[in-house]
Amino acid sequence: MKKSKWQIFTNGLFKENPVLILLLGCCSVLAISVTVQGALGMGLALTFVLVGSNVVISLLRKVIPDKVRIPCFIVVVATFVTLVEMVVEAYLPDLYDALGIFLALIVVNCIVLGRAEMFASKNGVVDSLLDGLGMGLGYTLVIVGIAVVRELLGSGTLYGFRIIPEGYQIGIITQTPGGFMMFGFAMALLIFCLRKKGKKFDPRIGCDGNCGNCAAGCANAVTDLKTEDGGLTAKEGSES
Amino acid sequence: MSEAAKLLLIAFSMIFTENYVLVQFLAICPFLGVSKNFDSCLGMSGAVIFVMTLASAVTWTVYHFLLVPFDLTYLQTIVFILVIAALVQLVEIVLKKFIPPLYKSLGIYLPLITTNCAVLAVTILNITENYNLLEACVDGMTAGIGFGLALILFCGVRKALERAKPPKCFEGLPITLIAAALTSMTFMGFAGIAEKLFH
Repeated sequence: MKKSKWQIFTNGLFKENPVLILLLGCCSVLAISVTVQGALGMGLALTFVLVGSNVVISLLRKVIPDKVRIPCFIVVVATFVTLVEMVVEAYLPDLYDALGIFLALIVVNCIVLGRAEMFASKNGVVDSLLDGLGMGLGYTLVIVGIAVVRELLGSGTLYGFRIIPEGYQIGIITQTPGGFMMFGFAMALLIFCLRKKGKKFDPRIGCDGNCGNCAAGCANAVTDLKTEDGGLTAKEGSES
Repeated sequence: MSEAAKLLLIAFSMIFTENYVLVQFLAICPFLGVSKNFDSCLGMSGAVIFVMTLASAVTWTVYHFLLVPFDLTYLQTIVFILVIAALVQLVEIVLKKFIPPLYKSLGIYLPLITTNCAVLAVTILNITENYNLLEACVDGMTAGIGFGLALILFCGVRKALERAKPPKCFEGLPITLIAAALTSMTFMGFAGIAEKLFH
């Protein structure tokens, strides 16, 4: 079954949204979604890294030996992240401060390594580029969506402009518990909408569930690990 | 502040006030993925504590004795992640060969934490905070302990959640996230204690 180019692109936006459906890259979504500005910057930075690394890895997929593919992927990703870090630090110092350590942590963002492993290393350059773009924008969509709600309720502003007068904010929304809670609500909303349409919520791990061979570090599939001939297999799939 | 007090302050804030998982949003993926099962919680925390301590020591040394003298500090991110990846591989091989019982309990979690974002974060923060080698090691170890504490606490919460009956659209992950929010709220209670305690 061959997907059309358009399907590959929209796949990441909705059907296999990396954050809400594949449950990857949650850390930065929770941490950065405090302001819309930061969220937008983070989303675009991640999209750039994702597209760049997907293209390069797809170009090199026949050259990279299978055994050392993970370190190779990491080097490619880290190169792009360093590039982004330097550019952002030089031209957008405010954003650099807002993103803090999470900019450097794009290196170990499960989405980037996950897509390298699951898609770019098996598909052509154009497809990988579209996949990277779709996944990156899907991530941006979710993080900005959560940030709009959090900034509005938590600080009473939207993209820095005051909407709700001072003194009427729910401070906790901008703090850690608010992050978890808003993410939970976003996911509940998604499930609610899907159920209305008569569809089932089907969080996929988007991989073969074999965390032992994967670099994504998401450990989503790991519920019950057991060793078999040195490797490990996850017995249960994703969240049920 | 004396050195010992400083170390205690680092340890206290890493475990409670600045807990990586529940306050700083690091390593959320394994936090949600592994916390279903108590044994995997223990294994994962053990592996993380072990690797974080080692990685802190090694990256600190690499940074101050290789990157700084050769003026290559802008390569920090690439070098650190590669050092961590190589270190994890090395630890796996050494454990497998020399300490099989430890390998049995930690081994399967090791490859998973190569890209655990908390490991890279702790090594980078060690540099930005200007810690010395000992402080960096303590920082790494206690950050790992904080991760383990959060994981094990949350595992208990999840056990109780299994018997709860949330609304249909909250079933599964959403209610788990709400529970995580409440768990992290309890850690907010520690805010500000550290400074008062050690001054």
